[in-house]
Amino acid sequence: MPPILLANAQLIDPEAPETRIGGLRIEGNRIAEVWEGAEVPGGALDCRGHCLAPGIVDLGVKVSEPGERHKESFASAGRAAAAGGVTTMVTRPDTDPAIDTPETLEFVARRASADSIVRVLPMAALTKGREGREMTEIGFLMDAGAVAFTDCDRVVTDTRIYARALTYARSLGALVVTHVQEPGLSAGACATSGKFASLRGLPAVSPMAERMGLDRDIALLEMTGARLHVDQVTTARALPALERAKRNGFDITAGVGIHHLTLNEFDVADYRTFFKLKPPLRSEDDRVAMVEAVASGLIDVISSMHTPQDEESKRLPFEEAASGAVGLETLLPAALRLFHGGNLSLPQLFRALSLAPSRRLGLETGRLGAGAPADLVLFDPHAPFVLDRFTMRSKSKNTPFDGARLQGRVRGTWVAGQRVWEG
Amino acid sequence: MTFRQTHLLGIEPLHPEEISTLLDLAQDYAEAARAGRRHWDALADFTQINMFFEASTRTQASFELAGKRLGADVMSMAMGASSLKKGETLIDTALTLNAMRPDLLVVRHPNSGAVDLLAQKVTCAVLNAGDGRHEHPTQALLDALTIRRAKGRLHRLTVAICGDIAHSRVARSNILLLGKMENRVRLVGPPTLMPAGVAEFGVEVCEDMAEGLRDADVVMMLRLQKERMDGGFIPSEREYFHRYGLDAAKLSHAKEDAIVMHPGPMNRGVEIDGTLADDINRSVIQEQVEMGVAVRMAAMDLLARNLRQVRGPREVMV
Repeated sequence: MPPILLANAQLIDPEAPETRIGGLRIEGNRIAEVWEGAEVPGGALDCRGHCLAPGIVDLGVKVSEPGERHKESFASAGRAAAAGGVTTMVTRPDTDPAIDTPETLEFVARRASADSIVRVLPMAALTKGREGREMTEIGFLMDAGAVAFTDCDRVVTDTRIYARALTYARSLGALVVTHVQEPGLSAGACATSGKFASLRGLPAVSPMAERMGLDRDIALLEMTGARLHVDQVTTARALPALERAKRNGFDITAGVGIHHLTLNEFDVADYRTFFKLKPPLRSEDDRVAMVEAVASGLIDVISSMHTPQDEESKRLPFEEAASGAVGLETLLPAALRLFHGGNLSLPQLFRALSLAPSRRLGLETGRLGAGAPADLVLFDPHAPFVLDRFTMRSKSKNTPFDGARLQGRVRGTWVAGQRVWEG
Repeated sequence: MTFRQTHLLGIEPLHPEEISTLLDLAQDYAEAARAGRRHWDALADFTQINMFFEASTRTQASFELAGKRLGADVMSMAMGASSLKKGETLIDTALTLNAMRPDLLVVRHPNSGAVDLLAQKVTCAVLNAGDGRHEHPTQALLDALTIRRAKGRLHRLTVAICGDIAHSRVARSNILLLGKMENRVRLVGPPTLMPAGVAEFGVEVCEDMAEGLRDADVVMMLRLQKERMDGGFIPSEREYFHRYGLDAAKLSHAKEDAIVMHPGPMNRGVEIDGTLADDINRSVIQEQVEMGVAVRMAAMDLLARNLRQVRGPREVMV
């Protein structure tokens, strides 16, 4: 295969403090050379100053296979990811049935490699059926390709079982992804407690429930020495505990969903169910605190928390409607709101979108240097558009950004040197 | 006359002037009804459907009577028993009924926001007869009319709303309405029955009955919503009655001419002393029920007028 030359691009190296104009050469599936300067060699693609960054590694994507393929398949999710600049989907096991045996994991891996045009790395359940009673075959699942273990939005309430699973996972060096929440407080809630939820008459959970869940998990981490990643930290009150745990040298990282960085509880307005998320959207103060925590590096990872839901499960009274929003295609333009708003620089953004999740999972991706895999996204950060949800490639169209004015269009996506998207 | 709404989904979207317009019209209906009139033709050739997804006796009867007095064809459906049990969604039920071309749809639903959702999908005027813990606008309006008749005004009054605020849509609608009309609102009850963020509602909050009732013009008791309680909000009904149940001793802290209100149905001996509830010198509970019919007549009349304006002359009588 002839080398591919991408020239005259604004290179976003997450390991560098600033962007610079330059280009790179792809040989096979890797980046062979990176140079500085605006020259466009013969045969090169002129990127015309658009941004070139390592492809996004989206930690926590739900593809609804097996069980609900009408909501999202590996084929549709792969197309959505490519169009959104996501080159690796780290998928969730909260399918039906849950991915909790090597056999189901192999099914998923087979479907993914046959249908998805971007990389898929599956996570597996931490406990059988995500029921919090018995740990899964963590060793076999790792052999079958599981990159992390999580019960997703279900909390393992029995601390003894959870401690054993963490201890066992530590012995294998497995990463556990946890959802921090005090389940007694959050049972039945679909909003964050406060004036807004009270006036709307919605059952609500105190933001303190997240900190209580985090405190418990940090204590268990100290007890077991496991490797832990918190899927979503969304409240300011949880941050000091996270900061302390990191300072004390525990092996802990944390993520936040893009919607909690760009929306707040008031966006629910008159019971708009596309804004029903889990955990629920928070106050504006919390949102601002999360953005600052990403900027400071306290929160490591930004992900889409892509959760497809069909129209029927959303066209219900708010309390009864399903939670979650799709995000593969809107992750980058939504994240760019933080860049355009002056909150985060482009390298900071791609540290959280690409480098940090890659490092946490022990991957080679996420970098823009010679020798790194040629997983790349080329985008125009300023191109404006109004999102029409029916133009999205996901089978499910449940985005909170329908009709929103966004900036940032993906012009090209490469996975292992292959172009999978041209926009 | 100012009343611009196409639906009555809550007090929140109403302008104070719209509230006054509605109460003025309701006052006229109430007086005429007292004078013996039973029939009007404001809703002649209109069809009213009452959909109650939650059990109700008085609100449903009140809406039914209001519609009949105004000359509408009224149909009441107890939804709990029918299609929802067969798995039909709320929106499908609404679309089915909408296809029958009703003009007014009166809806009660156990989920907050369900009536708003339904209103987006139908072409008729929708009245919220109570949605979850969200709003119950006609109850707040009938309370307002009762207060205005008893006190001669609906501003600069001190109104104590007592009891289970957290689970009460009546409380939310009343807080909004009384606030819009510039009254002083106090919420009285145990902290476990106060909604979160209550401090930002623009009201005073009291955990003690005596303090909460001090110099109140109006004492509004709320029903302890046993069916909405998962348990653990109060230690027992008898302790609740002892600390928060309204009796003559607690009422003595309010103004001498304070009126006692209750949206019903009452739990006698839990939130209110039975004798006090029946005391015609203090309790306006029966009048509240009477005003309920008048307020619902006024609400449906005003919505029907706006509906006619939108639709244009519907049919020419020959």
